[in-house]
Amino acid sequence: MAQQQETVLTFRGLTRRFGGVIALNKFDMELTNGQILGLIGPNGSGKTTSFNVLTGIYEANGGSIEFLGQDITSWPAQKVYEAGVARTFQRSRLCLELSIFDNIMIGNHKRLNQGLLFNIFQRKALKEQIQENHEEARKLLKIFDPALAEKMFDPVGSLRMIDRRRIEICRALISHPRLLLLDEPSAGMTHEETRELMDDILEVREMIDGLSIILVEHEMGMIERVTDKCIVLNFGQKICEGAYRDVASDKLVQEAYLGGE
Amino acid sequence: MTQSLKDKLVIILLAAVIAAFSITFIAIEEQVEIFALLVFAAALVLGGAKLGITASIAQSLARNERLMNFAFIAATIAVVFWFREDHFPLLMIATVLLYVIACCGLNIQFGFTGVVNFAGAAFFGVGCYTAAVLGDTSVPLLLVILLGGIIAAIVGSVLIIPVLRTRGHYAAVVTIAFGLLFRTFLEVNDTLGGPQGLGVSGMNLFGWDFNNNIEISENLEISFYMNYVVLALIMVVLTFVLMRRIERSWIGLNFDAVRLDETAAACFGINIKRWKIVAFTLGNFLAGTAGALYAMMLGFIAPSNFAFSDSLILVSIVLLGGMGSLWGTILAAGLVVLLPEKLQVIQEYRFLIYAVVMILILLFRPQGILPRGLRAYIPGWRG
Ligand SMILES: Nc1ncnc2c1ncn2[C@@H]1O[C@H](COP(=O)(O)OP(=O)(O)O)[C@@H](O)[C@H]1O
Ligand SMILES: [Mg+2]
Repeated sequence: MAQQQETVLTFRGLTRRFGGVIALNKFDMELTNGQILGLIGPNGSGKTTSFNVLTGIYEANGGSIEFLGQDITSWPAQKVYEAGVARTFQRSRLCLELSIFDNIMIGNHKRLNQGLLFNIFQRKALKEQIQENHEEARKLLKIFDPALAEKMFDPVGSLRMIDRRRIEICRALISHPRLLLLDEPSAGMTHEETRELMDDILEVREMIDGLSIILVEHEMGMIERVTDKCIVLNFGQKICEGAYRDVASDKLVQEAYLGGE
Repeated sequence: MTQSLKDKLVIILLAAVIAAFSITFIAIEEQVEIFALLVFAAALVLGGAKLGITASIAQSLARNERLMNFAFIAATIAVVFWFREDHFPLLMIATVLLYVIACCGLNIQFGFTGVVNFAGAAFFGVGCYTAAVLGDTSVPLLLVILLGGIIAAIVGSVLIIPVLRTRGHYAAVVTIAFGLLFRTFLEVNDTLGGPQGLGVSGMNLFGWDFNNNIEISENLEISFYMNYVVLALIMVVLTFVLMRRIERSWIGLNFDAVRLDETAAACFGINIKRWKIVAFTLGNFLAGTAGALYAMMLGFIAPSNFAFSDSLILVSIVLLGGMGSLWGTILAAGLVVLLPEKLQVIQEYRFLIYAVVMILILLFRPQGILPRGLRAYIPGWRG
């Protein structure tokens, strides 16, 4: 159980401004090994921005990010991914004209041989790598939807929104990350579908050793069921932190939500 | 009849029809006849599409890729053999083949990776001038072709920083400026012949002079252009193999990811700069090799061959054929190079017609006439 306590991610005073808007304001937080953190707050409170700063899409204007003992504050997106952070996007960002398999393999970048000469001349080894990874992607996708796993070479653009979300999660999980960032994964899903999706994510977590998750979600039932801890943001500031039950009954939080919606 | 036998027959028949059509098209001179042939072909294709025949042929082709490749090579050889004694048709065929190579280069840049390049003719031109300058030295000419590509790639590296820094329209403007600069540089540079240009010595392979007709017997003298056609065809096949291998590997996937969504690509470790540089360099290399052989074949080059309009023609071939589509590139290169030679109307209103066709394509069929399909890593394998 000692390993359970290992800190995976730390924000210290993380700040990001867009012109006059302070999207993140001195955000402090800590995430331990295997923990699922719910990040909640009204629209525009900085949830997505915290993902974007963490993954290197935006630079921080202040503060620091530590991941697995390394200061990754100013790392480019590629390096953050290499270190073991994978994500989905609030507005699905799949390559619609590519196949399911292609899209998942984009997420598998660091585990594939990207050498020019390997790819062009060692066709036999490449073929084996393709087949092995295909099998692995199929197994992963099967957890989410067995029917999808049989359509690996269909274009993603032909699929329903729910299926696209599932594929986006598979793209993030295929590289065995240490930290998974889910930005409103259940947007547009029914309660039943949301429930299924979360069960699938929990199932996958059992398979990947020590996977921590940060979940941005509006569906409070889902937050209550799966998170170990919640953080509430409002105007870029952390206003509350604790178990869902405590957070939900917090006065400030109720005000923020009533004021925001 | 089994499915596989039927597929094979369909492919062989298709290759034969294409060969016969190409021969007729190149051979006839009468404007009305050419026009009638084109209308007939268009009707055939459109009718076939309506009846679903085109789709079923496409499936047969997809199931038998190897046979298809060989059938089309055989068809090309048949067309070439038909015109074995005629200079002009062979020159046109070789030109189409070399344009195919240059456009494959552009396809890597633009079709796969989304890196625009409106200076394709300039990189083709670097290959040409490499051949002109090195042709008289003792450097083996096969090596000169390779050097044409390498020097084009090196010259292209000047553009790498602006290409990486800018996107969309700005990148287009940067490459257009480079193309104009290249032409102006040639015009004022006397060692490179200035506006008058330079003579280029012909290809010579281990003592085999490409610029001599090949006398087989008293009544069969094969045009010297046959040498160039054969070498160009070999280069096309090699280019094709390279393109296919790139497309069907992680490299092709990275290219696509960079083109479609740079932010998502970066979030999954894809080094945007690296792949843009690889695509840009490789594309210019291909254009340069094609240019080197083209110059040897023509025997003479001048700056006016490398105008902005020539770069536009290369881009229009890529768009017309379908971005990233290899067979599309071949079909479009054939149409764009041959049609103006065959139809005088087009000759006169060439750019007007190009402009109209490009606008129509972009409006109504942005994926091109033979759209690129999904990536089939291993032909025939679907897990
Ligand atoms: N790229 C951007 N440019 C300008 N403002 C931005 C940008 N991204 C986010 N913001 C602003 O930052 C604030 C936080 O946004 P966001 O992180 O998307 O909120 P949430 O995900 O919690 O709904 C909002 O006021 C938003 O308008
Ligand atoms: Mg958001």
